[in-house]
Amino acid sequence: MYAQMVKSEPRDQSAEADAFQARIDAGEKIEPQDWMPDGYRKTLIRQIGQHAHSEIVGQLPEGNWITRAPTLERKAILLAKVQDEAGHGLYLYCAAETLGVSRDEMTEMLLDGRMKYSSIFSYPTLTWADMGAVGWLVDGAAIMNQVPLQRTSYGPYARAMVRVCKEESFHQRQGFDIMMKMAKGTQAQKKMAQDALNRFWYPSLMMFGPSDAESVHSAQSMAWKIKMNSNDELRQKFVDQTVPQAEYLGLTVPDPDLKWNEERGHYDFSEPDWSEFFDVLKGNGPCSVDRIETRKKAWDDGAWFRDAMVAHAKKHKTKVAAE
Amino acid sequence: MTQEKSPEWPLWEVFIRGQHGASHRHVGSLHAPDAEIAIKNARDVYTRRKEGVSIWVVPTTAIAASNPDMKGPLYDPSDSKPYRHPTFFDIPKDVGAM
Repeated sequence: MYAQMVKSEPRDQSAEADAFQARIDAGEKIEPQDWMPDGYRKTLIRQIGQHAHSEIVGQLPEGNWITRAPTLERKAILLAKVQDEAGHGLYLYCAAETLGVSRDEMTEMLLDGRMKYSSIFSYPTLTWADMGAVGWLVDGAAIMNQVPLQRTSYGPYARAMVRVCKEESFHQRQGFDIMMKMAKGTQAQKKMAQDALNRFWYPSLMMFGPSDAESVHSAQSMAWKIKMNSNDELRQKFVDQTVPQAEYLGLTVPDPDLKWNEERGHYDFSEPDWSEFFDVLKGNGPCSVDRIETRKKAWDDGAWFRDAMVAHAKKHKTKVAAE
Repeated sequence: MTQEKSPEWPLWEVFIRGQHGASHRHVGSLHAPDAEIAIKNARDVYTRRKEGVSIWVVPTTAIAASNPDMKGPLYDPSDSKPYRHPTFFDIPKDVGAM
C-alpha cells in the first residue's frame, strides 16, 4: 500500500506492554502522551512516514500533466487533486510528529533512502489517460487501505485518515471520469485508455504488498491495530471491485487468467511479478532515481526560502517587541 | 559548499470554526515561521472545501495538557454524581414540560 513492507518491531514482554495491548484490544485509542511500547512507536513512525512520503512523491507523476491537461477545467481539477495530495502528506507528517520525530528528519530520511515511498510512484505517467488510470486504480487501491485505517489504534493517525478519506473519493471519481471520456472517445483515445490500464494494472496490485499470510511483521502490526487487513484480503477486494468497472468502460484487464470463481464468490486473478516489486522498492523502478532527485532539488532549492521566512519572523518579532 | 542546516519552522495547532455560532475545534497542526503564515497555511491545508469561517492558530509549545495517567483521579469522581444530569430525577408526566 502507501506503506509497503513496513518492518514491525517485536513487542516487548512487560506488564506495561500487556496493559497497553489490553487497551488496544478493548478498542481504546492511543494518544501521543500515553505510554506506548518502543516497538509500537517505531513501527508507526516508519509506517506513517512512508505513507506521508508516498503522498508527497505521489504528486510528481500527476504534476507532470498539470501543464498539459487537455482543457482548462481538467487542469483546474488536476491541480486541486495534486494540492490535496500535498495536504494529505502534511496531515500524515503531523501525525508522525506526535511520535517524536520531526518533519525535516523524515524528509532527510526519504532523501537519503532510509525511508521509502510506495512502489507505484516509481512508474512514469506517459499519456493523459494515465491521469485517469492513476485516479481510478491507484487512488482506488489507496481507498481500500485507508478506509479501514480510520479505525487504527493511534488517534492522530486515525484522525488524519478520516480527513484523507473524505477527500480521496473525489480523486478516484475524477480518474474514472477521465477513463469514461477516453474509453467512449475516438479509437485512438480508447487505445490510449487501454494502454494506461495495461501499464497500471499490475503495479496497482503490487501496491498492497506481497502476501503476508506468514509474515510476523504483519501479525504484530495487526495485533497493534495499525494494520487492519491482510494484503491478500485487500487485493482481492480491489480486484472484485475494479473488474466490473473495467467492463463498464469496455476495457480489458490485462490478465488472461482473470475469471469469476462462483464457488469462492471472488475473481481469480494472476499475481503480479513480485521480483519487479522488490526491485522497485530497492530503488530500481523506471522513475525511482528521478523522483528522489526531484524531491532533493525542491528541498535544497527551497532552503534559502525556509531560512528567509524564519529570519523575517524573527526580525518582525523584535520589531514588535521594540514598539 | 557545505550548507548549514536550516532551522525547522515551529509547529502550530490549528482550530477552525466550522460555521457561525459554533466553537472553534482542533483540526490538526502545521509548520509555519510565524502566526501570519500559519493562518495562511491553515487556510490552504484545512479549509480547501469550505470547512470553516474562522481560523485560530496557537504555538504547540503554548499548550498545556492534562496528564493521561491522571484520568482516574480527574474524571472518575463524576461517576458517582449522576444527579448532575436532569434525567436522574423522575418528574411525573402530569407536571408537564420541565
